Amino acid sequence: MDYETVIGLEIHAELNTLSKMFCGCSTEFGGQPNSKTCPVCLGHPGSLPVTNATAISNTIMLALALNCEITPRSIFHRKNYFYPDMPKNFQISQYDIPLSKGGFLEVDMGDHMRMVGITRVHIEEDTGKSIHIGESGRIHGADYSLEDFNRAGIPLAEIVTEPDIKSPEEARAFVQLLRATLEYLGISDCKMEEGSLRCDANISVSSDGKRGTKVEVKNMNSFRALQRALAYEEERHRFMLEQGREITQETRHWDDAGGVTQPLRSKEEAFDYRYFPEPDLVPMEPDPAMIQELRGGLPELPQERRMRFESEYGLSNDIAIMLTGEKALADYYERAVATGQDPGELAKWIAGDLVAMLKDSVVPIQSCPVHPRGIGELVALVAQKIISGKMAKDVLREAFETGKAPGDIVSDKGLSQMTDERELEAVVGQVIEENPDASRDLRDGKEQALKFLMGQVMKKTHGKANPGIAADILRKKLS
Amino acid sequence: MSIIHEDALQIASAIKRRELSSIEVVEAFLDRIEKVEPEVKAYINVAADTARKRAAHLDRMIADGEDAGALAGVPIAIKDVLSTRGFPTTCGSRMLEDFVPVYDATAVDRVYRAGTVMLGKANMDEFAMGSSTENSYFGPTVNPWDLDRVPGGSSGGSAAAVAAGEAPWALGSDTGGSIRQPASLCGIVGMKPTYGLVSRYGLVAFASSLDQVGPMTRNVRDCAALLGVIAGHDPLDSTSIQGEVPDYHAGLNGDVKGLKAGVVRELSSKGIEPAVKALFDQTLSKLEEAGVACEEISLPSFEYALSAYYLIAPAEASSNLARFDGVRYGFRSPEEVDDVWEMYDRSRSEGFGGEVKRRIMLGTYALSAGYYDAYYAQAQKIRTLVVRDYARAWEKFDILVSPTSPSTAFRLGEKVDDPMTMYLSDICTIPVNLAGIPALSLPCGLADGLPAGFQVMGPPLGEMKLLNVAYALEQEIGFKQRPGL
Repeated sequence: MDYETVIGLEIHAELNTLSKMFCGCSTEFGGQPNSKTCPVCLGHPGSLPVTNATAISNTIMLALALNCEITPRSIFHRKNYFYPDMPKNFQISQYDIPLSKGGFLEVDMGDHMRMVGITRVHIEEDTGKSIHIGESGRIHGADYSLEDFNRAGIPLAEIVTEPDIKSPEEARAFVQLLRATLEYLGISDCKMEEGSLRCDANISVSSDGKRGTKVEVKNMNSFRALQRALAYEEERHRFMLEQGREITQETRHWDDAGGVTQPLRSKEEAFDYRYFPEPDLVPMEPDPAMIQELRGGLPELPQERRMRFESEYGLSNDIAIMLTGEKALADYYERAVATGQDPGELAKWIAGDLVAMLKDSVVPIQSCPVHPRGIGELVALVAQKIISGKMAKDVLREAFETGKAPGDIVSDKGLSQMTDERELEAVVGQVIEENPDASRDLRDGKEQALKFLMGQVMKKTHGKANPGIAADILRKKLS
Repeated sequence: MSIIHEDALQIASAIKRRELSSIEVVEAFLDRIEKVEPEVKAYINVAADTARKRAAHLDRMIADGEDAGALAGVPIAIKDVLSTRGFPTTCGSRMLEDFVPVYDATAVDRVYRAGTVMLGKANMDEFAMGSSTENSYFGPTVNPWDLDRVPGGSSGGSAAAVAAGEAPWALGSDTGGSIRQPASLCGIVGMKPTYGLVSRYGLVAFASSLDQVGPMTRNVRDCAALLGVIAGHDPLDSTSIQGEVPDYHAGLNGDVKGLKAGVVRELSSKGIEPAVKALFDQTLSKLEEAGVACEEISLPSFEYALSAYYLIAPAEASSNLARFDGVRYGFRSPEEVDDVWEMYDRSRSEGFGGEVKRRIMLGTYALSAGYYDAYYAQAQKIRTLVVRDYARAWEKFDILVSPTSPSTAFRLGEKVDDPMTMYLSDICTIPVNLAGIPALSLPCGLADGLPAGFQVMGPPLGEMKLLNVAYALEQEIGFKQRPGL
């Protein structure tokens, strides 16, 4: 049988506006529970919503970055349902006339491109946070629940994709690119682990062209979890199809520890939200001039930057994707490029050793102890043959651990390479004298001897001999 | 004349002229309240202590020559549907019996800034749903003109307080006639402004696209003044109209000669009690004497207005009242429950009265999947037809008129068991709310010994015209009676 995976995603991104979507409360993360609330976001009797204009313009920017059409006149709808984290027991959201629709985002998978359609981008308000105290930690069977409404009313941009994604890897890459886009626009903290970026997926597997049953998957709290969960589901569907068993249309919950999805006893089983237009808010009719201004003011987006890195700096696709995946990293790289050193070399050091060190010590690029100039220094030192590539690795490590400039480290420790030919001639001469057998072997054409003799040279010079020059001298003397 | 029967504006000038002190005025009204409240029951909570303290404070300011507000020292009753900071706001419901808000409604804040003194929160049909104030959890208010009869609703407490001399004026709210109909039944002036003219911030929502706060007063002059205090844009209400508000009080001149009034056929004949109809016709003659030409007009969509309203209003209410769940504030059932869903069920079943539950169910049904198009969406289309009929009328007429209520005050218990009959009390007032236009009820006399109201309707933001017609007519009618209480 010929299986084809079909995936669609629904992503919620918390916007980082200063105040909430419909009231003036602060959106700052943390603080005592229920310390950032007011009659509006607590749903007190008589309170009314007032739209946060910045949240709207930020969402329009996102829609434009995703190549969407901005709806000339869109409205808010009430989505009605009861839950203890809902202050009004309805959510102000958008329904059939959203802020924007009909866009796309193209994802570079390395060996192929994936064009993902964006069905819509709209705006809504977030709910409060529940902590259910009981055996399972879920609402069913809980002894009691604690509700924190600090989060209630925070603006959320909702992005819905067409079912154009064809693999778990593509899903991950898409969300990573979307996250980068949000970061580049500066409109969201977009941290999956903190909940400012949330992703739900719909997945089905068609067999021999026949459309499969759609299953919704929730509770994927990292890029890795997203990929793993979808890979598991894909496999589960294929297995069921192979067995000729029916797949139930349902919502499933990803259990990261167990590595499986479980059916969710959903609070929203076949739920009727009784949507109707929000009577407390007027329609949104964004000024075309304002939209034009936002369009013109869009920063360079991740894909654009990636392509520029490839063409302007001659970087490979892999390294360009890695460096532009996070705006702060791309910014760091370009500050290093400004030192005038070779962009390719700089990219290698940053995308390789530096990123690995940052990851190991769990330090974000914004707090990197090595200044971009320092990387430039490092590359210059190697280019001028003052230190070897191998030594440079150690220098970088020390720079990372101490915060000292590479140049200072090299001079303080007297690490400069020996490049003087006469000095090296003398050393090489000694080594040849002390190792007659190996020297004879090299003269006879046995290449392994070179390695041994080079090792001796390095030993004598405490690793400082410039390997290229030393090898040349060895060959000349033993030819 | 006793202070309690004075016009609000006369009390205001007397205080300004230092002929009266605010505390004297407040004590006079508190005395009156003490005397007649056991029978009338216009108030849910009387704010005697707060009122005295505030009056004393205002008197001090006045003595010091400070500006204490244009209406400094004048008492006011506030319908218990408006949020008053630090003072219980119950909406006539068990659900909010002990609820004390943390903020003032904008309309309340504005009357406070003008220097008024809140005497207490007036009784009402629960969550503004009703036409007789019999749906109040705290028991009904009675009509000061006949203690066996209803004062109308849902602002029955406000109307009765003003009629019985328990307050010189009051704030009410009107969603389908809840200011105008009780005003009519109690023989006072009641006005619903253009939708959006007065802020709804702090008005506990019943039907968001229909609700408005408005003045309930003894005469048109007081009405114009009170409207002027509460009207005007509020950034906290997104449906609040921008733009300058005219000085309604200063603009009152009764200059109405040459204006044209349309008598709405659909509201002025069928189902109107004969005595009310007769009084209405008499008032039409007086209107002509004042210089306003009257002619009949047919607005056919009005036949369906009641049905449309009783789908739209409950639908919006079902959503607005969802917040009352016992989680963050208000009544939470004391019964043992197994989970939060049971807590919701019990709190809402025990916290809400029958009419409220009826309307929530009706509204939920009208919005539900498979029925939305047939009911809610369809009702909104009828609403558009009503708006268009009015727009057509304004091409030819300056104002439209009808009786305010098809009957005078009915007996307590007469209609409360038959919701449909009760709903018909609003037949003349409802089209106004659907279209969002302003309307005023003016007492036009007694029909079989009970007050009846004459309804004047105007184009959007046509308050000045409306008030002037009412003012001129008020002089012609010369209705000066008071209940014998």
